[in-house]
Amino acid sequence: MQKHITLAMGSGGEESSELLEKLVFRHLKNSYLARAEDATPLESLQSPCFCTDSFTVSPPFFPGGDIGKLSIAGSCNDLAMMGAKPKFLSLSFIIEEGFSVREFEKILRSIKNELAINEAVVVTGDTKVVPKGSVDRIFITTSAIGERKIEASQRSIQEGDSLLFSGDIARHGACIFAAREGIELESEITSDCASLWPIVKRLIDDGITIKAMRDATRGGVAAVLNEWARATELTFEVDEASVRVSQEVQGICEILGFEPFVLANEGRFVLVVDPKDEKKALKILQEFNEDAAIIGKVTKSYPGRVTLQSEWGTKRFLDMPSGEILPRIC
Amino acid sequence: MELRDLYVRFRDPKTIKALAKEIELEASKLANPINIMEVCGGHTHTIMKYGLLQLLPKNIFFIHGPGCPVCIMPKERIDHAYILAMQENVILCTLGDMIRVPGSKGSLQDARSKGADVRFVYSPLDVLKIAKENREKTVIFFAIGFETTTPMTAALLESAIAQKMTNLLLHINHVTVPEVMRELIDSRDEHIDSYNNQIDAFLGPSHVSVIAGSKIYEEFPAKYNRPVVVAGFEPVDVMEGVLMLVKQFNEGRCEVEVQYKRSVTREGNRKAQELIEKYFEKRDLFKWRGLGNIPKSAWKLKDAYSDYDAERVYDLPKEEIEDHKLCICGDILRGMAKPTECQVFGTACTPAKPLGSCMVSSEGACAAYYKYGNLL
Ligand code: SF4
Repeated sequence: MQKHITLAMGSGGEESSELLEKLVFRHLKNSYLARAEDATPLESLQSPCFCTDSFTVSPPFFPGGDIGKLSIAGSCNDLAMMGAKPKFLSLSFIIEEGFSVREFEKILRSIKNELAINEAVVVTGDTKVVPKGSVDRIFITTSAIGERKIEASQRSIQEGDSLLFSGDIARHGACIFAAREGIELESEITSDCASLWPIVKRLIDDGITIKAMRDATRGGVAAVLNEWARATELTFEVDEASVRVSQEVQGICEILGFEPFVLANEGRFVLVVDPKDEKKALKILQEFNEDAAIIGKVTKSYPGRVTLQSEWGTKRFLDMPSGEILPRIC
Repeated sequence: MELRDLYVRFRDPKTIKALAKEIELEASKLANPINIMEVCGGHTHTIMKYGLLQLLPKNIFFIHGPGCPVCIMPKERIDHAYILAMQENVILCTLGDMIRVPGSKGSLQDARSKGADVRFVYSPLDVLKIAKENREKTVIFFAIGFETTTPMTAALLESAIAQKMTNLLLHINHVTVPEVMRELIDSRDEHIDSYNNQIDAFLGPSHVSVIAGSKIYEEFPAKYNRPVVVAGFEPVDVMEGVLMLVKQFNEGRCEVEVQYKRSVTREGNRKAQELIEKYFEKRDLFKWRGLGNIPKSAWKLKDAYSDYDAERVYDLPKEEIEDHKLCICGDILRGMAKPTECQVFGTACTPAKPLGSCMVSSEGACAAYYKYGNLL
């Protein structure tokens, strides 16, 4: 097999099947893909839930993950946040001519890994190779279908509910910025990129009354809370001291002038629960990540807004991030 | 030194609370309330973001000054940037929020969506690299900022000359702090007494004095009887600066003091000052958005470097463009009004669609009030 991906490999001929057989199928084969037909018949599902997302992250490899891991975790997390168990995925690659076969294989391995974590399978897919310069190395699109286990939705959020966050914030965004700006820190920032279904499953199995969940991807924690605040006309009060930001991430924010609240996370989520469940939920979250914390509560003080309480007793709004938060991060 | 050392101590909750107590105690001895103008938008941002107004006693007020280089840029000059960006074969580079500010034709972001090549740089010296990589294009740096960024633009020009670059031009919009402070103190309205300025003291930005020294403020205590404290940008710095000013009033002193001793000296950075003086000279007048024309308040390239001056190489419109009638930015900058007193604050005027200059960059007073609110 050649060392670089060529246009011929995406043209449907001999070379295409080599790419598929030797690489893609080798890592992802299952009984659905083995049928190799134009479309894949699926069994019927209970309360199905469907989502799609595209991934263009630059650079495609970053500390803590790569575009492959991200593409599976990203779509599966969208399902998990709706309380749905990920089951079937579609997977499409658009690859720039000349992309290294070795790197492509690395991406496939991460995909395989992440699918296993979600106990989900790829049932259909596509690979296109485009001339140099048409895309930046590799873009991936995934769609995912899952089965809903609970009815989590922002509509259930009420005054008095507790807000939790599943770890420290802003790692993915800061990691990508550091990689792109070539900022060297004493200790490297690893992305928080991860699949959330295992945590959500535990919460459900342990009987936590989950009101709503949202993974804090683009726009970070600030975007999630502001969207909820606007939709519910409630106030999301966050206690700044309870939100964990790692030293390295804070450092990047200082250099680039960002607030960690607006930077992306790819494996962290905001959880809203009934206050009676907050302690129990926290314990479960902390089993997965010791930085998980109760970060605030839902009130009616400033309808439609998010407030941040400082450690010295002052309060301010945490606004929706606006403008370009520059590079491609997912 | 670790990066962390630069900010951790200066955001320490205990220190901030202790300073708030001390200020309250000192302020209780004041004969009259005092209005402190923080000249720089960076300070406005710190004050609003960290909620410092909520920690101050009732007899200390802030007047949010004009020190945000993006906010004070008049529309006609934003149009220059837009026009230059839309030229064939041009790459326009600029800093920060400048990309989002709308002129009469639109913002640089709009220009970019129409196909213009507009780039955002972190440092003026990045422009040199862009110019080298794009020899067949004209690379124009739309230079903005106070004394802090001016030497970097001069350094860019120096490198461009040394390396005989022929495809790099500068559009200079560098402004200076003392001139606008003087203008604000001197401003009078013959008919309305309340229009006389209300400023009792100044908080000066540390980064400007790192370059220009603390000496640039000496005229204010001497000639105008207004004390100045040069302070850093972290909440502890600002609180300490306020405390130092209040103490001056209580002790009957009126002088320039430096809170930010970490890197401010009286003389400043002589090398940087020489670099500025080598390439730049003062403009007779420069229009500040919201405030009007202020003598000697901005730099331009000396005649000897006119080949590098985008304002001379291109024919750019000179007509002034007025701001929206309802906008009271000028009053806000003079301390006559608070952002929330503007009729269109947060309704017709928001950061996404700013009508006036104070809403433009996150360092503008209206934008900071909108973004962080003035809660409690
Ligand atoms: S809210 Fe807008 S229009 Fe009103 S003073 Fe501020 S910038 Fe001007």
